Amino acid sequence: MIVVEQLAKDFGAVRALHDVSFAARDGRITGLLGSNGAGKSTTLRIVSTVLRAQNGRAVVDGHDCALEPLTVRRVLGVLPHASGLYPHLTARENIRYYGQLHGFDRDTIEHRIDEWSARLDMNEIMQRRTQGFSHGQKLKVSLARALIHAPRNIILDEPTSGLDVAATRALRDVIRGLKEDGCCVLFSSHIMQEVSALCDDIVIIAHGRVVTSGSPDEILASTGASNLEDAFMRAQANYLGSAVTS
Amino acid sequence: MENLRDRRALFSAFLFVPLMGPILFSVMTTLVVDRAVGEAKETLRLPVIGAEFAPNLMRFFTENGAEIVRIELDVNAARNAVHNGQENLVLVVPAKIGADFKNGESAPVELISDSSNSKAQRYVSRAHGLLDAYGHKLSVLRLLARGIDPTLISPINVRVVDVATPSGRALILLGTLTYYLLFSLLLGGMYLAIDSTAGERERGSLESLLCLPVTRTQLVLGKIAATALFMLMALSLTLTALVIGMRFLPLEKLGMASNFSPLIALKIAAIMVPMAIFGAALLFVVGSFTRSYREAQTWLGAVLAIPTLPILFASIANVRSTTLLMTVPSLSQHLIATNLLRGDAIEPLHIATSIAATLIAGGVLLWIATRLYQREKLLG
Repeated sequence: MIVVEQLAKDFGAVRALHDVSFAARDGRITGLLGSNGAGKSTTLRIVSTVLRAQNGRAVVDGHDCALEPLTVRRVLGVLPHASGLYPHLTARENIRYYGQLHGFDRDTIEHRIDEWSARLDMNEIMQRRTQGFSHGQKLKVSLARALIHAPRNIILDEPTSGLDVAATRALRDVIRGLKEDGCCVLFSSHIMQEVSALCDDIVIIAHGRVVTSGSPDEILASTGASNLEDAFMRAQANYLGSAVTS
Repeated sequence: MENLRDRRALFSAFLFVPLMGPILFSVMTTLVVDRAVGEAKETLRLPVIGAEFAPNLMRFFTENGAEIVRIELDVNAARNAVHNGQENLVLVVPAKIGADFKNGESAPVELISDSSNSKAQRYVSRAHGLLDAYGHKLSVLRLLARGIDPTLISPINVRVVDVATPSGRALILLGTLTYYLLFSLLLGGMYLAIDSTAGERERGSLESLLCLPVTRTQLVLGKIAATALFMLMALSLTLTALVIGMRFLPLEKLGMASNFSPLIALKIAAIMVPMAIFGAALLFVVGSFTRSYREAQTWLGAVLAIPTLPILFASIANVRSTTLLMTVPSLSQHLIATNLLRGDAIEPLHIATSIAATLIAGGVLLWIATRLYQREKLLG
């Protein structure tokens, strides 16, 4: 369970987040939708304890991200937008390294790596060095690496960008699998189809503010649009219009 | 912590620097020694105009290892030849020298040389020395012919006594050695320092690391510890290679002895341990400011020169160890290592000061490094 309350964040003179509040519940997939620069990554970075908010707070499973960062990191799996692998290590070594940094014993690590290797269908690349891996292969390794500690809460920052159709589909299956395990999945995207295909709840962000949120049906109803893409454009336009008139 | 990662770069760092260095050093020292030994035996090629006027002088030159080359030029052409560098020097003997000698008068001879030609200087000074010696011999003969004791004209008799111990003399050659040791120490950790700062950023693997349940302080200290470890490994390799390499150096040809024993090598390694921590923290801090691998390489390459500056200063000013100098990292290690190689006694206070001062400076840098990693700008 991830709860975000009235987050605000400045980068120098630029205010990246004004007021962002939402909740992502367990056993559900929550999509954070917004155009480039809307504040999606900043919000996710605050939740993943990499950045600190100026105002408001983010809470994961009851732990405040600013006050108990280490506890939050233990119950949270994060796949950042830039998620580089060590090119001179094999896929297995990359994942093992993170397992060791989490402090797990050898047997647990190897067992979990084998599990993820089967689940992500990447047995044949596990012993290869990650240098020269395709984008999809790299993503699988990064995902297994981010989930090696079996977190209950999962953050994925634009996971599907640059993926081919087959890899995107495989990733969706994994995300749905995580949901069935009862995890709380929060992911960001600027691609409408993706969000509508996967998400139980949607939060639309524009210019550092939450414009609207709810299930896809609720959002359609509240904006009066026939599909999500229109809803997204309308929500943004409504917000901009109200900002101008006020 | 994340040691065996970039194997290829590390292999090149390890194989190239510590192993190639001593090999280069051995070859260069051998060349220097051979040249120094060779110079004494080398014949002096002496072009002479008018050699036929002074056969006794020519015989004196030949007996003292000079080769007389008769040339047929007038004085102006000879001056030009020296000026153009065709000849290193030319001796001009006038026709009336025989008459001057007979009359007991002072005979003028001209030694044409170019003082801006540095490579000719040793030939010129040898020829000059031989001329002086011949002149002295003649004056002694003249005084004797007049019944006067020749010691009358030598009120001062200078004898130069060289008190340098054989290993002290070797030290002139080994002086570059401690410098090299420090350099290989720093270079051994440079690739890891770059990789764990700018490399981690450029690869985009830093954010994932920050999401792990380790504090940033732990992360920074782990990275610096790994860098320091690699520095010490590079140093041990270099020392081992030197201990083995020194046995094959022809130092005894110059009457020098090297006491580069495994025990001395161990002592030097021990003295360098605080330097590894200091160096690792220094490279890490500088690396943290850089954004890309290339930028980091440029900066760290420049930073490598910083610890060598005090050493350069020390070798120019020829300083001796004092407690105050022991507070300067890199310089104190250089001085102590030099003393170890020289076989001199070392004050325990100096060692304690060196270790303490370097560790304190390293500690400050460690603190700066951890502060840098608390910044939010870290992710750029």
